[in-house]
Amino acid sequence: MIISVASGKGGTGKTTVATNLALALGEQVELLDCDVEEPNADLFLKPLISRTEKVETPIPLVDGEKCTGCGKCAEICRFNAITVVGKKVLVFPELCHSCGGCMLVCPEGAISETGRELGTISFGHRNGIGFINGRLRVGEAMSPPLIRKVRAAADPNLVTIIDAPPGTSCPVIAAMNGADFILMVTEPTPFGLHDLRLAVEAVRVLNIPCGLVINRADIGDLQVFAYAESERVPILMTIPFDRRIAEIYSRSQVLVEEIPEWRRQFFDLYGRIEAFTKSWRRTKQCAN
Amino acid sequence: MKIAVTATGTQLESAVDPRFGRARYILIIDPDTMDFEAVDNSGNVNAFKGAGIGAATMVSKKGAEVLLTGYCGPKAFLTLEASGIKVVNDISGTVMDAVTAFRDGRVTYATGANKDAHW
Repeated sequence: MIISVASGKGGTGKTTVATNLALALGEQVELLDCDVEEPNADLFLKPLISRTEKVETPIPLVDGEKCTGCGKCAEICRFNAITVVGKKVLVFPELCHSCGGCMLVCPEGAISETGRELGTISFGHRNGIGFINGRLRVGEAMSPPLIRKVRAAADPNLVTIIDAPPGTSCPVIAAMNGADFILMVTEPTPFGLHDLRLAVEAVRVLNIPCGLVINRADIGDLQVFAYAESERVPILMTIPFDRRIAEIYSRSQVLVEEIPEWRRQFFDLYGRIEAFTKSWRRTKQCAN
Repeated sequence: MKIAVTATGTQLESAVDPRFGRARYILIIDPDTMDFEAVDNSGNVNAFKGAGIGAATMVSKKGAEVLLTGYCGPKAFLTLEASGIKVVNDISGTVMDAVTAFRDGRVTYATGANKDAHW
């Protein structure tokens, strides 16, 4: 089971929900912090980090002796990451998307693989909960390859909970693609709703079932609730705008450990996600 | 010799396009005879990334030795430099004005980019 916690809008409580859900399940669960530009789930989970690895993405290395300057590598590259002027081949590592096309088409076998550092992946655990996070190198523009590496490191036998980045573009898609369920965290404000709509549209394209957690549920207006009903996105949990909850958060503590009632709430949330995902799969099978 | 000038249209009377990589047209001109070819640069205008690199490669293939344009970014500059093409930035007015300035020696060759890279 892979649950990706997303939102569209930033600051709605994705990390709060992801970490509390992981801790409520307690074991057989792994939390992946895929918000690699600003990974901070570790501040709440407080895992023991056992190792950190540097992660690279392949980029071309041209052997000037073998290269004849034919330009086939430049022709295939849609990102202009490699070009040929005169007999000189120029590589622009930061533009390379690591497709490997240039290496395949080079008739001279003059292009081999070297690496560009994307960032680091850290592995840790806390009380039987596995933890993996990615941290993008400052100056690196492409986060999806790192997000995919974090996801590839996950143990498929465990429940995977992904803390996704905000937004609706490539990094979020990389954090949602292939998930069994998308848990959208939003707030009932026009801003929350605006970005939620975009995120739900993205999820629909991916054809993954999704449900809502409405955080700070008693502020703002009722538009998010109306939207959820009209779009048939189930509201699986609401978290009130509560001083005690805010204080717990502000000390980077977690709800399920400070207020035992919330452990049950998050445990039940998982139950609802499981039930909804099963019925969605059944419906899909019938449709097929 | 041939020089390249970025242009918003296909004529010598067209305005210089201040952008290099995503210029609408690039005119390849022989400043002695004023014979020219207007190259449609729309492939680079619509490029995902590396428009400057693509435009610089094209200018190099056309055999130009000098480029007159408004702004030139770092990757484009690097590509032009590797091709041995000299760059004149901050050009404005019509293509004809630019060529005249070049012929009169009223241009200064750039030693680097005059615009930051785009992401």
